This record gives sequence, C-alpha cells and structure tokens, in this order.
Amino acid sequence: MSTAPGPGLRPPEDRLDLAWITDKAVQVLMFIGGISAIIFILGIFAFIMREGLSFVFDRFDFLEFFASIRWAPTSNKNPTYGALALIVGTASVTGVAMLVAIPFSLGAAVYISEFASGKTRETLKVLVEMLAAIPSVVWGFIGLTIMNGLIIDLFDVPIGLNVLNAGIILGLMAAPIMTTIAEDALKAVPDRFREAAEAMGATKWQMIRQVIIPAARNGLVSAVLLGVGRGFGETMAVLMASGHAINIPDSVFDSVRALTATIAAELGETAVGSDHYGALFALGLFLFLVTFAINLTADLVVRGIRKQ
Amino acid sequence: MVASSISVRTQKLNLWYGTFQALFDVDLEIKQGIITSLIGPSGCGKSTLLRCMNRINERLGYVRTEGRVDIDGQNIYAEEIELAQLRKQVGMVFQRPNPLPISIRDNVLFGTRIHTPKADKLSKEQEEEVLEGALREVLLWDNVKDRLDDTATRLSLEEQQKLCIARLLPLKPSVILMDEPCSALDPKATEAVEELIWQMRGTYTIVLVTHNMAQARRASDECVFMLMGKMIEHTETADLFVTPKDSRTADYIEGRYG
Repeated sequence: MSTAPGPGLRPPEDRLDLAWITDKAVQVLMFIGGISAIIFILGIFAFIMREGLSFVFDRFDFLEFFASIRWAPTSNKNPTYGALALIVGTASVTGVAMLVAIPFSLGAAVYISEFASGKTRETLKVLVEMLAAIPSVVWGFIGLTIMNGLIIDLFDVPIGLNVLNAGIILGLMAAPIMTTIAEDALKAVPDRFREAAEAMGATKWQMIRQVIIPAARNGLVSAVLLGVGRGFGETMAVLMASGHAINIPDSVFDSVRALTATIAAELGETAVGSDHYGALFALGLFLFLVTFAINLTADLVVRGIRKQ
Repeated sequence: MVASSISVRTQKLNLWYGTFQALFDVDLEIKQGIITSLIGPSGCGKSTLLRCMNRINERLGYVRTEGRVDIDGQNIYAEEIELAQLRKQVGMVFQRPNPLPISIRDNVLFGTRIHTPKADKLSKEQEEEVLEGALREVLLWDNVKDRLDDTATRLSLEEQQKLCIARLLPLKPSVILMDEPCSALDPKATEAVEELIWQMRGTYTIVLVTHNMAQARRASDECVFMLMGKMIEHTETADLFVTPKDSRTADYIEGRYG
C-alpha cells in the first residue's frame, strides 16, 4: 500500500496543474505591477538628471541660479539663468494658495467627518471628489476670465492676473484632495474616543478640538503638505492666472512667473542640448527634489502616527 | 443609612432602534450607594437600559425613547436637561477601556477642564491635587506617578480601565454606569477591577452590566434580570441566585439558555 499524503498535502505529481500555474503567474504579474512604480520614479529621475546634469556641471552658477532674478536665457550677448524670481513666484503663489486651502479643506473635512450624516455626507464626499477631477486648464480659464475681471473691479488694480488670482485658483484646486486626505485622517480616529468624550459631557467642539484633531494631527499635517506639493507642481492654471511676468512681488497684486510655467512655456522653443534646454531641466530637477522632499515628509509624518 | 433612597428610577421606559423595540415598559428602582447588576442573555436590552441613564444612546440618530428616567429625583428626559450636566453627574465606564489618546494627566483632568468655566480655571497646584486624588482612589497612583505625561493608550488594559474610572471621579458623579467593565480583561485584572468597584460602593451608586453571572453574584448587592427587553426580576443578589421567583430567571441562571 502506498503511503497516503497527509490531510491537505497534495501528492507532488499533481502540483503542476492549472490552478498552480495561474497562482504563480498572477504572483509574478502582481510583483511586476508592484515594483513598476519604483522603476518609473527612478527612470524619471535618471532622465531629468541626464538632461539637466550636463548643464549643472558645465554652466551652472549656484549663486546666479538661486540669487539672481535675471532669467534671460534667450539673450544673444549674455544669457543668464537666475531662477530666484521664479522660485519666489512659485512660493508666493503656493503660500496664498495654502492660506485659502487650509481653512476651506480642514473645515470641510471636519464638517463631513463629524457633523454631516447620511445623505448629506455621501453627497458632499462625491462633490468633493468631483471637484478634484476638474482639469487644471479649466481652473486656469476661470482665473483668466472670471477672476481677472473680478480682481480688477474689486481692488481697483490695473491687472488681475497676479499672485492673488493664481493663489486663489490654486487653493481651490488643492482643497478637494486635501479635504479627502484630512477627512480620512479624522475618520480613522476610533469612535470609542468620541464616545468617551461625549460620555464625559464634552460638547461637540470640545471633543473635536481636544480629542479628534490631536488624534488625527499627523494625517492633517500630511494633508497640508500634500497640498503644498500640489501647489509647487501645478503648471497650467498658474501659467494662465499668474501673469507670467518675471518679478519679485511686492504685494499679492503683482504678477509673477512660476517655475513650472517657465518650463512649460519655453521647453518647446529651445534646441535640444542647448544651455537653455539644460537650464530648464535644472529647474525641473529642483522642482522634483522639492516636491519629492515634501511628499516624503508627508509620508514620514503619516507613518509617525502608526508607530504611536 | 441612606441606602433606602432611590438614585435611579425608570417609569414605563420604552425604546426603539428605528422600528425595532428594544425596551418594553421598564419600571426599575435602583437604590443609592449600592451596586446593582443588570444580567440577562445577549440582546436582552441590559446595555440599552444602561445607556438610557446618561442618554449616550442618542449618539445613534435613530433611537426613540418614551417614558421617564429620574436620577436623583430629576427626569433626565425633560426638555430643560443639559446633556453636559447630566453626563457630569452620571459617569460611564465602557466595555473596552477607552482612555483618550492624550497623556494620563490630561485624561484625568479632561472632565474637570471641560466643565470648568475659563474664569474659574484651576491652578497648577489644584490640578495636581485633583490628579493625585483621583489616581489614588483607583489605586493607580503608585504605578503611574512617574509617567503622568505618557500617552494613556500605552498603559496595560487593567491600568487603562482603572484610569477610565479615575477620570470620572474629579466630577463627583452620583451614579457610575459600567458596561461590562471587565470583559476585555484577563482574570487577574478582572479581580483587581472588581475589588476597586467594591471599594467604591457606598460613595457612588453603581450600575453594572455583566455577562458573567459569577461576577454579578460576587460583586453586586442587587440584581436585575432582563429578557427580551423586559425586566423580569429585581431582588437582592443572594435571593436571585438562590431562590429566583420567576421560572425564566431560574432557567437562565442554571444555564438552560443564554
């Protein structure tokens, strides 16, 4: 009598059946899908490095890039590559955007997570997700037409395409995704904490301020950071609403030009391999590093919450 | 002795979750200063009844309550009742220890802080006094006095549950509701918490929901047996377990169902 296999163990000769092959094939496919994100990121990074590095090594003047406001790559006699005005432009627009987006998005997240219930809540969540799906060129169009006129009329300034305009547009664009992430963070606070606070006689606001927000703090911080990252990287809407003028702004009514908008507007006009082309890639490299750092920080902050 | 005065009285208490009726005409009198346990099989309404006594049931939007619940002579379902005041007077301990995710110190002082108007804010010294008093009363002070600023959720479950009791005390509640306070604890921790509850007897009126008949038997003065949303029997614990009057009570405590 042959020895019967133990319960649950298949005899070895049966292993190579269809189910086994499918299982292995799916595993391999999932693995490829899983690591592809890493490969793509490294690929993009390598590509930008290759295009930008020769400029960085041969022509790059650290002082000029970060301290000069003269961005004149097409000058025949003396092309200069000062990115300070562009960096300040991006930063000022992002700053105004966050002033707009943080109260809106955190307020919306707290409302959806703690106050709204049933149908209201579901409707709001769907609406917020729909807002996140509006293409950025449409937002830029709104900035260029509606907001432009509105700012000119309201503040009596000569031009409405400026930091304020781009900041508001960008803030409204970033708010939905920030709301969604912030709401996830609030929802992740276990209900027993709410129950405990309510059973102690806390009012809704006392509970939100003293229990829910501190407990969700890391998630909320990362929502804000991702919003900042979004602001830094956004191109089309900023290009259309900011005025696209190289300028260190004195007030929110001045026009500026963003890093991203510069790349988008100029890359098509340059000769591949030229200094100008390389300089644009250096801008891209800088942007990539900044957004990468912001996103990494956001991720680390979220991980911090899980360790506690 | 004031043991004869009534602390919690329910009259014709009916409760619905949506269309499902969970309590039927419950008339109950709980004496002041003793431990009364509510027992009965799962789904009999004992937790629901307990959760009426501080109106925490109302967190679920679809609850409807009829009848009245008087605590210290005041109908808590009356319109002029403020929930914050009610919950200051009636504390609750939950099945799963639920200290807030803040420091041990802030947990104990949470109630005092939210119930004290800004103008009368306690000084640092007064707060320390309140803190030490409450933690001593639950026998936790010596264990945690060196780590008061640690996050409370890192304590052991036994310590967490004691902390959850301690944080009620600064508010000087008259009634403490306990919803299966030991069911998440191991036997040793259960013993410690039961001992604590027994020590608090006299100072507070304690209403204890339990699944564990042995616990009801050793840790309560009076016992209420419930079945299908109705109150079947309410007597002294010793009598209920030895000479139950109702045959359904007898069947339950002998383990014929439940």
